[in-house]
Amino acid sequence: MRLNPLIGITAIATLAFLYLPMLAVAVLSFNKTRYGLTWSGFTWDWYGRLFSNPEILEAARNTFLLAALSTLVATVLGTLFAIALERYPWPRKSQGFLENILYLPVVTPDIIFAVALVVAFGAFRMVSSLFEPGLFTMILGHVTFQIAFVALTVRSRLKSLGHDLDEAARDLYASYGYYVRRVLLPLLMPGIVAGAMLAFTLSLDDFVISFFTAGPTSQTLPLLIYASVRRGVTPEIHALSTLIFLLTVLLVLASERLTRR
Amino acid sequence: MVWFGELTTPAQLYRRGLWFLLPAVVWILGLLVIPGLSLVALSFAERGQYGEVVWNFTLENYARLLGFGLFGWSPDTVLILLRSLWVAFVTTLICVLLAYPLAFFIASRPPRTRYLWLALVIIPFWTNLVIRTYAWQMLLAPDFPFAKLAQTLGLLAPDAGLYPSPLAVYIGMITAFLPFVVMPLFSSVERLDWSLVEAAQDLYASRVRTFFQAVWPQTLPGLTVGVILTFIPAMGMFVVPDLLGGAKYLLVGNLIQQQFYASRDWPYGAAVSLGLMVMTLVGLALYRRRGKDVDLV
Repeated sequence: MRLNPLIGITAIATLAFLYLPMLAVAVLSFNKTRYGLTWSGFTWDWYGRLFSNPEILEAARNTFLLAALSTLVATVLGTLFAIALERYPWPRKSQGFLENILYLPVVTPDIIFAVALVVAFGAFRMVSSLFEPGLFTMILGHVTFQIAFVALTVRSRLKSLGHDLDEAARDLYASYGYYVRRVLLPLLMPGIVAGAMLAFTLSLDDFVISFFTAGPTSQTLPLLIYASVRRGVTPEIHALSTLIFLLTVLLVLASERLTRR
Repeated sequence: MVWFGELTTPAQLYRRGLWFLLPAVVWILGLLVIPGLSLVALSFAERGQYGEVVWNFTLENYARLLGFGLFGWSPDTVLILLRSLWVAFVTTLICVLLAYPLAFFIASRPPRTRYLWLALVIIPFWTNLVIRTYAWQMLLAPDFPFAKLAQTLGLLAPDAGLYPSPLAVYIGMITAFLPFVVMPLFSSVERLDWSLVEAAQDLYASRVRTFFQAVWPQTLPGLTVGVILTFIPAMGMFVVPDLLGGAKYLLVGNLIQQQFYASRDWPYGAAVSLGLMVMTLVGLALYRRRGKDVDLV
């Protein structure tokens, strides 16, 4: 197909527009001056300081803890949910209801999602102090939106698997437990891993849900960056952002590799 | 479904299926559906003196949402609601206008490099939105070339920056949502049946007519998904207007956030959230009518 060169130029300009912000942050993370935007020489200093800043290290630890724990829970729940939806003959009406439950976390605007969680935790707090804003409430919140994304990913894998191997296992007298362990789960593994990776990146990326459910001791990296934008950004934050960017890219590339096989 | 030998009746199957189903469903019901519904109840309650919730039935929160405050009617909140709709609309429109050339450009690359180009669109989108947004703060600052250029052209007062401003909000929003339109649109463009385009050209259709009659209808499924994925979250967006819009350009998202933080007025915050939810549901209903056979994810 031949395209008008104008289309190509617009496309490249649009791409440049998407990369401009990241590029600016990356360049400034190597800038010697602490204040202002003028270039005054190259330095690695800010990256070094990053690793001796206790606030940033603490936030990094929280971010990964939050992402890892919530992904773990969401992957288990989401996978079970997908199997239930795809491999059991629910009556039509219940199926419709379940589909709505599945899509609800995907289509709810995240600010409403966050507000609903604030209200829920407010009510739960009357029962138990466990629900004071903090890492625990953040995990609960993240799992709630991750489940749907895991379930959708695993479900599309289940759909493409079809029923042949299920039937073969049954014909060969596999018990249900044996079938799940030795047939279904191994076949589903690429889908489960892809779903988990997606859930993990979503958690790392989330700002709004974290912002509304975080407590004073559970600062994550996005929250830290937001707070420092309000106080005035330092080159350390540029360095941190650049590292996060590189890390996310690596993570997603790795998950692509894993799921392609 | 799996009809294993030992299970024959539907009742037995359901019982086993429930073990798979219940954990996720209970979780989502307990933390999203029921709290969401209780927002409705909350929106009819009153704010106590110290920001606590007083369960007296009142319609005052909705009256305030429509602009009726202590000092008579003022257009402030209505303006915020309408502005959110407008910003979401313009953002979606610009994203669509930019996404078409990009989707066609990527689809026209040789198969070997096509997915590399596509990855280039998604990569910036993996970076946290907060980072991309504050980056625009710097890029639009007074001593950066963009603002300098606007200053010399006389579009901007000397030493003024390009943010906070509506323009900055739009730029931030487009950065946030463009990939959401490009991805589904690309999947439609890639499957385009070009013989229809050739037929249109053979019959001497003008370029514009070729686009609207041979190309556009074929890309409609992808476009619909992209529009929904942009329009709905754009209405509730609060990071971008918060960092780039300044106090004069509030959107619904900021209004909600204020109620749950600074003002501690949960009932009013709940009412505003429901207002946003209604706007969202209207958007979704339109989507259901237009794009029945399109997968959302």
